[in-house]
Amino acid sequence: MKTLADLKAIREKAQQEMKLRNSNVRVKVIVGMGTSGIAMGAREVMKAFLDEVANRSLADVVVTQTGEKGFSSMEPVVDVVEEGKARITYGNMNAEKAKRVVVDHLVNGNPVKEFIISTEE
Amino acid sequence: MPTKRIDLLICCGSGCVSAGALRIKERMIEVLQENNISNEINIIETGCMGPCDFGPVMMVYPEGIFYKKVVPEDVVEIVNEHFIKGRPVKRLMQQEDNKALATKEEIPFYQKQVKVALENCGYLDPEKIEEYIALGGYEALGNALINMKPADAIEVVKRSGLRGRGGAGFPTGMKWEFVSKAKGDIKYVVCNADEGDPGAFMDRSLLEGDPHRVLEGMMLAAYATGASEGYFYIRAEYPLAIKRIKKAIAQAKEYGLMGKNIMGTEFCFDAEVRTGAGAFVCGEETALISSIMGRRGQPTPKPPFPANEGLWSKPTLVNNVETLGNLITIFNKGADWFASMGTDTSKGTKVFALTGDIANTGLVEVPMGITIKELIFEVGGGIVGDHKFKAVQLGGPSGGCLTNDHLDVKIDYETLKEKGAMMGSGGVIVMNDTNCMVNIAKYFLDFSVDESCGKCAPCRIGLKQMFEILDRITKGKGKEGDIEELVTLGNSIKQLSLCGLGQSAPNPVLSTIRYFRDEYEAHINKQECPSKVCLDLMHFNINKDKCIGCSLCARRCPVTCINGSRQDKYEIKQVDCVKCGNCLEVCPVKAVTKEAGMHEDVKKRMEQLAQEMAEM
Repeated sequence: MKTLADLKAIREKAQQEMKLRNSNVRVKVIVGMGTSGIAMGAREVMKAFLDEVANRSLADVVVTQTGEKGFSSMEPVVDVVEEGKARITYGNMNAEKAKRVVVDHLVNGNPVKEFIISTEE
Repeated sequence: MPTKRIDLLICCGSGCVSAGALRIKERMIEVLQENNISNEINIIETGCMGPCDFGPVMMVYPEGIFYKKVVPEDVVEIVNEHFIKGRPVKRLMQQEDNKALATKEEIPFYQKQVKVALENCGYLDPEKIEEYIALGGYEALGNALINMKPADAIEVVKRSGLRGRGGAGFPTGMKWEFVSKAKGDIKYVVCNADEGDPGAFMDRSLLEGDPHRVLEGMMLAAYATGASEGYFYIRAEYPLAIKRIKKAIAQAKEYGLMGKNIMGTEFCFDAEVRTGAGAFVCGEETALISSIMGRRGQPTPKPPFPANEGLWSKPTLVNNVETLGNLITIFNKGADWFASMGTDTSKGTKVFALTGDIANTGLVEVPMGITIKELIFEVGGGIVGDHKFKAVQLGGPSGGCLTNDHLDVKIDYETLKEKGAMMGSGGVIVMNDTNCMVNIAKYFLDFSVDESCGKCAPCRIGLKQMFEILDRITKGKGKEGDIEELVTLGNSIKQLSLCGLGQSAPNPVLSTIRYFRDEYEAHINKQECPSKVCLDLMHFNINKDKCIGCSLCARRCPVTCINGSRQDKYEIKQVDCVKCGNCLEVCPVKAVTKEAGMHEDVKKRMEQLAQEMAEM
C-alpha cells in the first residue's frame, strides 16, 4: 500500500463484505418466510435473490427476511424497500421471477409491474 | 462478493466468554449445519459489546436485533424462528415495561453513552484488518502522513484537549510536544496496557475488541513525536489482548501499513509486544520503562522525565491504551468536535468499567461532565435488589469513595480530585448498604501493601502500619486516636512517596474517614460494625419468639455451639460461634438475625482472658 487511493480501494472492497451491518443501504429486499411462504418456496426465492445480488456485486442491496405477512394465497411474497420510495410488494414469486426483479428493479430502477401485488406509500 | 444474508455478532469479551459465549458459537455452527444454511450466515466473534451483566449477548444484522442471556438451548429457536422464518425471538430481547426492546438503540443502557474509543468495539471482527479498514481505519494515519506536518498533528491533539486516560490526566498534546522537542537519535512510543486496578477492564476490552485502533493511534503518536519504534506493554494476565495486538501488527505489516516508508513517505515504524508479570507498580511509567528494559520494575525519580530520558535513555512517549484509542476519531472528526464534549478542563468521553452491586455491570463510554447519578442510575441501571446505594469507589485502590451527597457531582479530573476520589483509569465499584466502609478501605489498602515495590520507606513501611491499624479496628481492638494516626500517616505517605502508587494508596482510607467517620468511630468506641460485615464486631442471634425449635440450625452448626430443644427453643453460645452464617441460611422461619456489635458474653470472655494474661 503506497497511497491513499490504495487504501480506499481496499476499503471499498471490505465494505461490501460488511454491508449487512451498514444501516444506510440503498435497497432492502425482504422475503416473507412464514410457514406458508416457506411451503410455497420462499427459501428458493431468497436464495435466488442472494445469488443474483452477489453475482452482480450489488454492494448497496441487502437481502433479509421477515415472518408471515398475511398474503398467504400469494406466497412467496417479497417486499422491496427503497429509501424515499413507496414499498413495493411482489407476490407469487419464484426463482426466475426473482432474477428478473433484480435486473429490472434493483439494477435498472423499473419495478416489474406484472408481479406487483401492492404498493404502499 | 458473499452470498451471506445475516451477520451474527457474538460478543466474545471476557465476560460473555465466561458466561458461555463460545459454547453458544459451537452450538450455532452445529444447528446451522443441520439446517443446511451455514453458507448464508456469517458468525463473527467480536470484542466486548458492553452490557456484561446480560451476557452472553449477540447482535443480528441487518435488522440489528439484540439478544441477551442466551443459553445453548436457545440456539435451535433462534435459528428456526429468526434465521429461517424471519421472526426475531422476543423472549431473548431486553424487556422493559412488558415490551421487548429489539435493537441496541432502544435499550436505556446505551442511550446516554457516546462511543468514541469504543466506537467499533463489539461491532467488528477484531482479527480482521479488512473490517477495520472498511470502517475508515488507517485513513487518519494516511491523511496525517501525507497532508500534515508532525507539528500540525501535535496541534490537533492540543486543541482537542485530550488528557491522559491512564489516571493522572496529563494533557496529551503537551506530552507529545515534550517528546517531539527532546533530542535523540531514536525515539520510542510505549502503550501502557498494564491495567491493574481490581474491577477495571477498560483497556483489556479495547485491546481485545479493536486492536487496530490502538495500533493506528500509536502510529499517529509516533509520527507526531518523531518516534520510530513502539512497545505495547501488556500484562501477562491478558493473553487474548496480547494475541490480538500481535495479530494486528502482523496484518498491518502484511498490508504495508507498518515498516519502512509507510504510505510512500519517509515515516518508518515498527512495534512489538512486551508482557508484564503483573506487578501493579509497572503501570507507573518509569517502572514500566525499567520493566521493558528487562530490569526490576521500580520507579525512578522524575526528572529526568521519560520524554527526555526514557527507554534506554532515549526520548520516550508513554500513552495509555484509551488515550491512543481516542486519537483516530479526533483526527477524523476534528479537534473541535472532540472538544465540544465534556467540561471546561476535561474534554471528550471516558470509558468506565461498572462493577459491584449495580444492575448493568459492564463497559460503558460516557461524555465527560456526566453526573455520578446518571452514570450509576441511568446507564448502570441502579442498585441490584432492594438495597440502597451507599458509596462508589472511583479510581480503584488509588482513588476514593463518594457518597449519596455527591450524586450530582460532574465527572471530570478536577472535580473528582477535589472531592477526594480520582478519575483513575476508570474502574467504578458501586457499593450498596451492606458494605462496611472500614472493611472496604482495608481491602484496598491490603492490595497496595502487597503491590508496593518496596523502594521507598513511606510506602513500604507506612502502608503496612496503616493496614495494621485498620486490621485492629476491624477486630474490635481499635484505640482512641487511631483515626487521627491514620490521617497523619496517610498524609505523610502521600507527600513523601516517590511514585503514584504511594502518593495515592492512602486515598481509600482518607476518603472513607472523610465521609464515613461515624463508621470508624462505631468500630472503635462501640466495638460495633454497623453494616454487620466485620465478623468480630457482629453476632448472630436467635429470636425465641419466632423459633419453632426445628433444630436445623443446630444440626448445620459446624462447631455445635447451638443448643436447645423443641420446648425451650434454640440458643447460640456466643463465645464458641465462628460466624459462618449457616444458621441464618437454613432457618425456615427467619428467626436467626445478624446483629451489630460484639456480644456481651464475648466481651466478658475477652476481658477475662486479658486479665489472665496480665496475671501470668
